[in-house]
Amino acid sequence: MKVKNVVIAGLGGQGVLKASDILADAAFRAGFDVKKSELHGMSQRGGSVSSDVRYGEGLLSPMVPPGEADVLVVLEETQVEINRPTLRAGGVLIAPDVLAPEALKNKKSLNVALLGAASTVLDIADEHWIAAMHANLAEKLHTLNEQAFEIGREAARARAA
Amino acid sequence: MTVERLLLSGDDAVALAALHAGVRLGTGYPGTPSTEILETFDQLGGHAQWSPNEKVALEVGIGSAFAGARTIVTMKHVGLNVAADALFTAAYTDVAGGLVVVSADDPGMASSQNEQDNRHYARAAALPMLEPSDSQQAYDFTWLAFEISERWKIPVILRLTTRICHAKTVVRPRPALQTLPEPSFKRDVPARVMIPAYAKPAHLRLRQKLAEIAAWNEAEGPFEIHEGDGQLGIIATGIGAMHAREAAPGASHLSFGLTYPLPIERIRAFADRVERLVVIEEGDPVLVDALRAVGLPAEGKPEMYRFGELNVERVRRILANDTSPEAVPPKGKPPELCPGCSHRGVFETLRDLDCIVSGDIGCYTLGVLPPFSAMDTCVCMGASIGVGLGLRHVLPEEQARRVVSVIGDSTFVHSGLTGLAEMVYNPPPTGHLVLILDNGTTAMTGQQEHPGTGRLLDHSATNLLNFEETARAMGVQNVHVIDTTSLKDDSLRDLITNLLARNETSLIVTRQPCVLAAPKIRLYEKANAEQQAATCAADLVD
Repeated sequence: MKVKNVVIAGLGGQGVLKASDILADAAFRAGFDVKKSELHGMSQRGGSVSSDVRYGEGLLSPMVPPGEADVLVVLEETQVEINRPTLRAGGVLIAPDVLAPEALKNKKSLNVALLGAASTVLDIADEHWIAAMHANLAEKLHTLNEQAFEIGREAARARAA
Repeated sequence: MTVERLLLSGDDAVALAALHAGVRLGTGYPGTPSTEILETFDQLGGHAQWSPNEKVALEVGIGSAFAGARTIVTMKHVGLNVAADALFTAAYTDVAGGLVVVSADDPGMASSQNEQDNRHYARAAALPMLEPSDSQQAYDFTWLAFEISERWKIPVILRLTTRICHAKTVVRPRPALQTLPEPSFKRDVPARVMIPAYAKPAHLRLRQKLAEIAAWNEAEGPFEIHEGDGQLGIIATGIGAMHAREAAPGASHLSFGLTYPLPIERIRAFADRVERLVVIEEGDPVLVDALRAVGLPAEGKPEMYRFGELNVERVRRILANDTSPEAVPPKGKPPELCPGCSHRGVFETLRDLDCIVSGDIGCYTLGVLPPFSAMDTCVCMGASIGVGLGLRHVLPEEQARRVVSVIGDSTFVHSGLTGLAEMVYNPPPTGHLVLILDNGTTAMTGQQEHPGTGRLLDHSATNLLNFEETARAMGVQNVHVIDTTSLKDDSLRDLITNLLARNETSLIVTRQPCVLAAPKIRLYEKANAEQQAATCAADLVD
């Protein structure tokens, strides 16, 4: 499979890196070669954060070149425009407005809900998503996040329909 | 048998390799992007310790290696400046156990005060340097670094960069070493005592070691060649090799792992097969200058690409010799002091008092940004005190009296103690005031312990270095501690005003846990108290 490029962006504290960890792990479990890259350090202090995940065959650089993202997931509306240049023509943007207001019981699971929305355009089987969520989240959060993933996925499907 | 397959960051790959290669001691000081190496090594069951600073970490590492133990010492690029004194002379000595010094550079300054290129250190200290280009190589080169170190009894530098440290790629590990020699002291005075009589022959030995390592690199060193159409040949190292292969898939590519001393003949053979030879390297023109010095017709990059990280897009531009202005990336939201951060009240006070603030390295450097705008200098770890004293010595009295040095708790232990000694020894006529902003953790790098927290790297209890008692014992005239957790009145402002009016040396410790670390600190303290109670009970039974 040719390389799939995904960029996840948002603000520090929103779980951008957690979301990209889950995506990278899911792709890894699905048997793909995977590279993931981001800048840590200042990210905990509320600033802009973005993380690149690439999977498929013939991966080289761990960074998604500008204008080559197939999917851009943005967790915060104010961060959409500054990240839009990373998306290729015809690429898919997934932003919080894919969800109905109040769709999530706990806003902290927005990162996983938007991964659920992204899963509709990423060829990774359910079992790998679930295993990756379990491996990267504390056990007490599993049910909540599985529900959030499903809510995001249904919302994206409803919009596509 | 299927080989285990893991998705690891470069930092985690180094930690796993250290464990598998039988490292007995890992030391370092936290610094982005190197911090996770020792944390992961500890979590995997290795013996890892934070030192007060990188120099001490390397000195402990040298001792451990002299005793015959495989040892890894980790730091960020600027940390190697602090450790450089130890490094340059350790190069002359013979280590018994492998000694690997990890330098994690930060081109582009994601979280650093400069973007120095530590490849210069390999040449300056005359030490071999390995540079991986992904996590698999980070793993493999950690093993190799120990093998080179022990074969030639020489410290080896493993140079990582941000995109190696923090990128996750697939790693297939090898079986862990099962048997290693037990540490044991063997006296070897000429190889370990660097007085001139022994250092002179030691310097000759060092150059001989390097010559042998260069010959080994030519014959057996790690390298990768991808043959292309013979027109364009690219030589790249580290993460640059990955960007280059993606940017120019039709070109011929040569990359090699041991970047000092260079495999010049291997490079020359590659150069002879291509029409145009381009060097792709992040940072300074280190490699291209070395190739030109031996007469190879290598092209470097236009000066504009010295700054910041490389990526696929920038490599394409370098290959096209494109020096047109680059698209400015959209400005994101800058980081800021967290809501509820213990530093906020202090910086508001310093701003309102119109202090001249000599600052330091840590979260609190964010005090420079609005709405505080309360920092006037920031250079390096510990500089707040020395720079503040320098300002006080020469400024007119009205200005000198407003100068305050602000330093964090971990930074104070790292490099502030000697600054305090300077303040006691050479007090300015107006005296001076130092504030230690003690939030109980090394916050910026992700909440690591340090000697002032009374907890070890794994958060278990140890002896505590008490700042206020230390300052009193050193002879600071006024020492105050203020708990700012519930500070609602003007007592901090009044105290600062009072101390600034005196011609005396003063220290205020403002104490309030980091808002991010506080819940974890409470858990560590509870666990340590329970551990202590259990130990006491066991003692009573005995």
